[in-house]
Amino acid sequence: MELSGSQMVIEALRKENVSVVFGYPGGAIMNVYDEVYKQNYFRHILTRHEQAAIHAADGYARASGEVGVAFVTSGPGFTNAVTGLATAYMDSIPMVVISGQVPISMIGTDAFQEIDAVGISRPCVKHNYLVKDVKDLPRILKEAFYIARSGRPGPVHVDIPKDVSAHMGEFDYPDEIKMQTYRPTYKGNPRQIKKAIEAIANAKRPVLYIGGGAINSNASAEVREFARIAGIPAVETLMARGIMGDENPLLLGMLGMHGCYSANMAMSEADLMIAFGPRFDDRVTGKLSEFAKHAKIIHVDIDPSSIGKIVPIDYPIVGDLKNVVDAMIPLAKEHIDENKYKPWRDLLNRYDEIHPLKYEDSNEILKPQWAIERVGQLLGDKAIICTDVGQHQMWAAQFYPFSYPRQWVTSGGLGTMGFGLPAAMGAQVAMPSKTIINFTGDGSILMNIQELMTAVESKIPVINIILNNQFLGMVRQWQTFFYDKRYSSTDLTVQPDFVKLVESFGGRGFRVHTKEEFDIALEEALKSNTVCMIDVHVDRFENVLPMVPSGGTLYNMMLEYKE
Amino acid sequence: MEQIRRVLSVIVLNEDGVLSRISGLFAGRGYNIDSLTVAPIPKTNLSRLTIVTSGNTAVLEQIVKQLHKLIPTYKVIESGTFVEKELALVKIPLNEDFNGLDAMLKAYNGTIASSNEDFIVVMVADDYERIDNFLKAIKKYNPIDMVRSGSVAMDI
Ligand SMILES: Cc1ncc(C[n+]2csc(CCOP(=O)(O)OP(=O)(O)O)c2C)c(N)n1
Ligand SMILES: [Mg+2]
Repeated sequence: MELSGSQMVIEALRKENVSVVFGYPGGAIMNVYDEVYKQNYFRHILTRHEQAAIHAADGYARASGEVGVAFVTSGPGFTNAVTGLATAYMDSIPMVVISGQVPISMIGTDAFQEIDAVGISRPCVKHNYLVKDVKDLPRILKEAFYIARSGRPGPVHVDIPKDVSAHMGEFDYPDEIKMQTYRPTYKGNPRQIKKAIEAIANAKRPVLYIGGGAINSNASAEVREFARIAGIPAVETLMARGIMGDENPLLLGMLGMHGCYSANMAMSEADLMIAFGPRFDDRVTGKLSEFAKHAKIIHVDIDPSSIGKIVPIDYPIVGDLKNVVDAMIPLAKEHIDENKYKPWRDLLNRYDEIHPLKYEDSNEILKPQWAIERVGQLLGDKAIICTDVGQHQMWAAQFYPFSYPRQWVTSGGLGTMGFGLPAAMGAQVAMPSKTIINFTGDGSILMNIQELMTAVESKIPVINIILNNQFLGMVRQWQTFFYDKRYSSTDLTVQPDFVKLVESFGGRGFRVHTKEEFDIALEEALKSNTVCMIDVHVDRFENVLPMVPSGGTLYNMMLEYKE
Repeated sequence: MEQIRRVLSVIVLNEDGVLSRISGLFAGRGYNIDSLTVAPIPKTNLSRLTIVTSGNTAVLEQIVKQLHKLIPTYKVIESGTFVEKELALVKIPLNEDFNGLDAMLKAYNGTIASSNEDFIVVMVADDYERIDNFLKAIKKYNPIDMVRSGSVAMDI
């Protein structure tokens, strides 16, 4: 079948079962957009900024587990997309981003809206392509989707010059592909798995350290089962929230810089760490020489380069987590006695009783943590929780009661302010029957505020809850703790009227100062079926605690802040 | 930690941009490249890069893994048993006294590669340390230019 390059893009998306594309047109990608107009296989959602198109595709991918897809034009369209690519890359999110490029004959001439897009995207994508001949396009698109979703997932960028998208060629789209140079390992080495099980059986104080890989591998059920059979207490990274379910008695909570005391103590006192798809981020480990000092380490990861990158590993297992844990379960039944770890579990539970996550509620002023807990009480598992970046993000991770994987959408590795609203839109499109809450800050929300227009136009009823502290709160907190309260450029008392702002776009706005107002606003928002913004005025000087100051040790957390 | 010199032979798909992926990887992650040579492998769609790098054992392990992780990488050979050779060209003005040059070239498997009325170009192919020595020794003839190729290596 002879098709133009643009038609090939549409057909390839159809073959990949893509149901939605987020994007923004421009000169170099107009051929593709002309075919978007003619087709009815997938929905196209016009965002109001390219960064938001990428974040929306990303949020879609995180919530659904499917590959997110976005289109942008050349030059500024592409450069606007870069933050989105980097955000997805740092968190291993499967995505295919297609950009227009100037025609082949003009590449290298500094043509209008020409930029070396593959040169720029190279360090922030899993792989990229500049398509030089339309006959390569079907293969490249097939590879792009395959690479994005297989192995350690990640964004793939395909740059298509304008003439290539017009050229005609044979469209032969393979169902299956095998690549000569890319073959991820899925099955763990049985000998290594056996050794790991022996190590667990011999341990006295084992701990499961669960990372974002468990989400990507869809391994929640297996990990829960393994933990239950072996009776091993677990900690989750920011990216892994929802894997164990917060009701699970084996889950201590989140670890790391703003992790809970018992989780960080479990890591510090363990004699064996069983790492299921984490990456030993510095926000998790604190000072490396003191990190899990007494523990031997089993590390299961699909990416060999992740193993041993930060700390030496005693039992490396390369493979897909779901696959590996599945193989571990029968061995655990046979060789591991969960009673053995009871004293250890009791000790950790005692730690949790001594120093639980907490905050001081008040009747004078709303506390941000209260708002999060309240949404948790009212919506629980009915809501998918998205966030921006800052204090509100950490409080959401700490205080929302998560019960399943992909219920939590946050930018972890890059920490991108402005991610929340567009990602929430993507999550809503992926999960139309869920309530989508975006906990955001008065700083972050302004970084992609234009997306209120997209949400109104495309009828995406996400509920944005601004925990408004009139500060770049997380930075302000560091200034309070480490810079003698010199609040350099973090005061946001000058701010828009958020209620009027959202209403000018056609959404609904609510201003909240009390608990009663909060409940009413949330109820109204849930009924409104349109994009909403609840501007919650909270205590300006609340701090995220506990805290491991950067470079500090996990066993020496700051539990309280004293003036 | 101790810096170790390591020769890597990397087989990659011979496609656009593959060299920038590799050099970008080294630059972006702060790895050293002491030398890098690249040429297509005849009758295949592959190229061979010979990279001489250095770092401590943990860094070297990461370099190999990160190279593997690149999609167009077919194979990374890091075995210690390489035949490793380097080539050097040296341009010497003809007005020099060439006393002893013949013996020196002989000692380093060298020849005269080219000459004209103004200068000669000598060529040597040898182990990289011996090339170092040769280039020191040849200084006495006041060379006006020296070029070295970087190592090429073959695993055995
Ligand atoms: C794009 C971007 N710029 C800067 C930062 C640094 N940063 C991290 S948190 C933060 C403050 C965020 O303020 P706000 O959105 O109001 O959230 P709060 O901490 O007050 O809850 C800043 C500036 C960032 N993470 N991302
Ligand atoms: Mg704020």
